[in-house]
Amino acid sequence: MSSRVRSFTEAIREAHFELMSTDRSVICYGLGVTDPKAIFGTTTGLLDAFGSERVFDVPTSEAALTGAAIGAALGGLRPIVSHQRLDFFLLAMDQLVNGAAKWHYMFGSQTPVPITIRLIVGRGWGQGPTHSQNLHAWFAHIPGLKVVMPTSPADAKGLLISSVRDPNPTVFIEHRWLHQSVGEVIDGDYEVPLGVGALVEEGEDISIVASSIMTTEALRATRVLRSYGVSCDLIDLRTVRPIDWKIIERSVEKTGRLIAVDSGYRTGSIASEIVSRIVQQSYLKLRCPPRVVAMPDIPEPTSFGLTKHFHVGAPDIANAVVEMCDRKGDSTMFFESTVAHDVPDSWFKGPF
Amino acid sequence: MLFIRRVEEEIAIRYHEQQIRCPTHLSIGQEAVPAALAEIALPTDYAVSTHRGHAHYLGKGGNLRSMVAELYGKVTGCSRGKGGSMHLIDPSVGFMGTSAIVGNSIPIGVGLGMASKVLNEDRVSFVFFGEGATEEGVFFESLNLAAVRQLPVVFICENNLYSVYSPLSVRQPQGRRITGVTLAMGVASTSVEDLDVEEVHRVMSVAVERARKGLGPQFIEVFTYRYLEHCGPNPDDDLGYRLREEVAKWRERDPIARSIAALEESHSEWRDWLTAEENTIRRDIASAFDFAIASPFPEPVEAFQGEYSERS
Repeated sequence: MSSRVRSFTEAIREAHFELMSTDRSVICYGLGVTDPKAIFGTTTGLLDAFGSERVFDVPTSEAALTGAAIGAALGGLRPIVSHQRLDFFLLAMDQLVNGAAKWHYMFGSQTPVPITIRLIVGRGWGQGPTHSQNLHAWFAHIPGLKVVMPTSPADAKGLLISSVRDPNPTVFIEHRWLHQSVGEVIDGDYEVPLGVGALVEEGEDISIVASSIMTTEALRATRVLRSYGVSCDLIDLRTVRPIDWKIIERSVEKTGRLIAVDSGYRTGSIASEIVSRIVQQSYLKLRCPPRVVAMPDIPEPTSFGLTKHFHVGAPDIANAVVEMCDRKGDSTMFFESTVAHDVPDSWFKGPF
Repeated sequence: MLFIRRVEEEIAIRYHEQQIRCPTHLSIGQEAVPAALAEIALPTDYAVSTHRGHAHYLGKGGNLRSMVAELYGKVTGCSRGKGGSMHLIDPSVGFMGTSAIVGNSIPIGVGLGMASKVLNEDRVSFVFFGEGATEEGVFFESLNLAAVRQLPVVFICENNLYSVYSPLSVRQPQGRRITGVTLAMGVASTSVEDLDVEEVHRVMSVAVERARKGLGPQFIEVFTYRYLEHCGPNPDDDLGYRLREEVAKWRERDPIARSIAALEESHSEWRDWLTAEENTIRRDIASAFDFAIASPFPEPVEAFQGEYSERS
């Protein structure tokens, strides 16, 4: 199979093309899907290729759009509904939780609800308290939903294709800071299964469990940790409901150390759930207390001056690992960067 | 109408036996709308409804035995005991579910209309709700979406004047009509003040025909009245939230009584016909309750099954 380097954005767009050209029941809508910016470039060209009955811009009505997706799915379609921020989607929680997540179970398994809801998480550049929330743990709390959080472009494409072909409501969360990241992506149609984690790096000393943007932070940490003589298993969850417990258990059995990393608020986080479950299940295999590295339990502030030390990332992960593995020294200096703290990279000039 | 009323009367009687163990919202007094639905809707049309949904389920042709068994929580129920009275479904006749959350199923009905249009199918989507739902944001969002995309959706609001015990006067400004709002939103709208089944039938027929022709969403408001309590099998007028005169006025306009009166005038053999109808209905209902009571509960393990649909 041939492949080439693509951005995360291109991978998402290609997934749409593969899905819509192989299945006429796939439709795609959301605020801005057909506008000049096309959801950060992820839906560019879809309207021309598939027409306005299948690809369309919509009213600013998150709840109705979600309910309509349920109805459309019951009527034989597979809607992909895109939202430019996760935070905007909160108006639709009733439709998601009381409707989409329940329709199959509540009616005795007669009615699959194959819908995919794309939510984009913002960060930095003053996105502030209501444009940057990582609420994946909320969705992961709800029986009946699947919650997908891709990290690499290759996974973004394969997971989106799987999400849309899955007969269940799937919340597909993209971190805005990953959109420009690049990686090798296979051409054409392929799937990455839901509910299966990936071992991104293989090591002996500690298991790091992460997802989405935090996987990239953990990856940076593991590179620095090599100079401390520490090798890490890095697990990218890829799906946070259902969680691939086997891959975590296998890894912890080998390393005896666990650190769970989360871009969401610490209390009630996926990372806390992972630590809780592993402690209860594999306590005797642990060589030291596990740790959680997560966002503080506080809204993200807006000011450039307030956000400098706000986010957890690679240095926090590395320093925690250094301590857990009985090494000495502060690793922070290895992560110093000339890029401002509130942008993903120098290409980013704002505003979203 | 008679069939739906007798079913619900039987539910009210049996409820006291403590075997129907779920919140149950009866619509005795409101039968004109579901009766018209039964005459007008095609089996291929879609419908969604609310917690007060028995009548719409039956009007759309939903299976009586499966519904009664669902009330009893039995494995033969239309939702295998996972839904109860508030969650009825019969996909074989296009009845795609009811929701216990006010306003929740309205956009779902819009989505069914969207599917019908995208797939170029000749299906109208009926959306039933009470006037309380017209106070929810999602109601406006849904009407707007249906209007902007010109979807074949017929919204039917049964205005029974109370949201549980709260009267319209504390919920909507005096003098403002719901149809005034919906009309201004670009949805063809009609109101039926007089709870007469012929009139409901006429208005609904016109609306459905328009929706079928591709003329976009239609809105119908029917003023109606529930005789029993919001939830449960009993009258509750002892609570004093409705004026005695108001109850009496609506009882006088009972759609079934009026239809029988009309029958008396037009058919000489009406009494024999009615007796025969009543007998058939009673037999069917008795048989449905027997079936439900004789059916087993689902295995307890079923509670933990069915979270996800398996990919085929």
